[in-house]
Amino acid sequence: MGDDTSDVTSGVTSGVRAEPVVAMRRVTAELGSRPVLRGIDLTVRRGEVVALLGANGSGKSTAVRSVIGQVPVSAGEIELFGTPRHRFRDWARVGYVPQRTTAAGGVPATVTEIVSSGRLSRTRFGVFRRADRAAVHRALELVGMADRAKDSVNALSGGQHQRVLIARALAADPELLIMDEPMAGVDLASQEVLARTLQEQVAQGATVLLVLHELGPLEPLIDRAVVLRDGCVLHDGPPPKAVGQHALPGHDHVHPHDATGADPIRTGLLS
Amino acid sequence: MDLLNYAFMQRALLAAVLVGITAPAVGIYLVQRRQALMGDGIGHVAMTGVGLGFLLSTSPVWMATLVSVLGAVLMELIRWYGRTRGDIALAMLFYGGMAGGVMFINLAPGGSNANLTSYLFGSLSTVSQSDVVAICLLAAFVVLVTLGLRRQLFAVSQDEEFARVTGLPVRALNLLTAVTAAVTVTVAMRVVGLLLVSALMVVPVAAAQQLSRSFAATFAIAVAIGVSVTIGGTVTSYYQDVPPGATIVLLTIAAFIVLTALATPLARRRARALAAARPVGDPAECAIPASRGAGDEVGV
Repeated sequence: MGDDTSDVTSGVTSGVRAEPVVAMRRVTAELGSRPVLRGIDLTVRRGEVVALLGANGSGKSTAVRSVIGQVPVSAGEIELFGTPRHRFRDWARVGYVPQRTTAAGGVPATVTEIVSSGRLSRTRFGVFRRADRAAVHRALELVGMADRAKDSVNALSGGQHQRVLIARALAADPELLIMDEPMAGVDLASQEVLARTLQEQVAQGATVLLVLHELGPLEPLIDRAVVLRDGCVLHDGPPPKAVGQHALPGHDHVHPHDATGADPIRTGLLS
Repeated sequence: MDLLNYAFMQRALLAAVLVGITAPAVGIYLVQRRQALMGDGIGHVAMTGVGLGFLLSTSPVWMATLVSVLGAVLMELIRWYGRTRGDIALAMLFYGGMAGGVMFINLAPGGSNANLTSYLFGSLSTVSQSDVVAICLLAAFVVLVTLGLRRQLFAVSQDEEFARVTGLPVRALNLLTAVTAAVTVTVAMRVVGLLLVSALMVVPVAAAQQLSRSFAATFAIAVAIGVSVTIGGTVTSYYQDVPPGATIVLLTIAAFIVLTALATPLARRRARALAAARPVGDPAECAIPASRGAGDEVGV
């Protein structure tokens, strides 16, 4: 991958650079006594879609969790919307999708109940008005789950759980979306719904920072990829192109969780 | 209903109804955050409060409230900071609380383990006028918190990390849950006893889950079960001369078993109804993809 380490902030092509929404400068963090981030620089500007890539243990999840204050930072600075993170209080502007395989808790809950908790940041003392209910419904429509609004989340598939978690993040109409592996364990049909949802959000001016294992169906949306290795930034620029075996035209992606009834994807030479 | 003619039975029934409401109302959040046994831990710690109440000749109910609130706050602090071996720290708190109760009550003038028994297993018929006042005040606090802050408590108990990113005061809400649970334990102490408190917090919620699909319905059904079994248990104990605490808990478990047995055919019928309502072209059973023909098979 890249010898291209120049400071590229593509996506925003206007002459004036948009203001940074997320700014990390020389951020270091430890989990226990093990250094996980060793001085990360990362800027996400308004309107950009930035993917954080890297192997397991490279620190990509820790990096996004430090941005939202879930991991204590030992040195360096983090700013959200130009405000130092420890003074940032305007959390309704941030939509967060944590790394989860399920949206369920210890007690049954409906899709609407889960998504409604994402709207709390826009309410006063948790009192829901008509506009809040409408926002929850809109978020469910965005991820194509409006028809399941009254169903228990326990009855959903892995991909649908992820769609519920994303709807929960969208319910507050955030300007910045932070997603930690939103595609993990998601069937192909849901992956496409998620890609479309994200595309609509980006078209409306949302800024996105997401952790990904592989670019997958989101590839066309991504302006910039930041690759981490051992807690350091290895590459910051255009998304890396698939190389080797993966780039061959006959390379066939077989996903074990294809939606039922969907035709098998045949891009390979043998099909 | 001749039992309502007795003042002690009126007090007992009032206390029982309040416990039937409050215990599942708090318990649902504990079950949701998978801390179903927290009530049991607080119950152990409350014993020290009862012992201290006897030793200092103050009200055991208020002393137990004070000590169990402190214990619950301590448990919450251990959960934050004691990442390693938090379970050991909690175990020490539980058994320290129990041992403290036995010690203090035996140090109290004229005190013996016999005094403790009514708090361990409940003693509905000896609920005094001042107990009822305390129980009413504490129950009002519990209902106010669990209903008034239901959306916030739901969010925190469902996904703590996400709740923090929505800007909710997660630590304050966790402490409030712990304090509310502690208060509920002391409300229920006179009715079912400290050793059986946790059952009324957890089992009605588990029983309600068999029927419900939403959190709101689970909450309502759990409270309905709680009130039914506490009234049923109290009335039964009046006529049959059996211990009310044990009767209430056994009734709750019976309710759980009956609802579980009912739920299985109910779920099956619901699935059948869903299958019948399924639009044509959305088959319930797997089909071979249309695009796959015999030509796909590679002959050898």
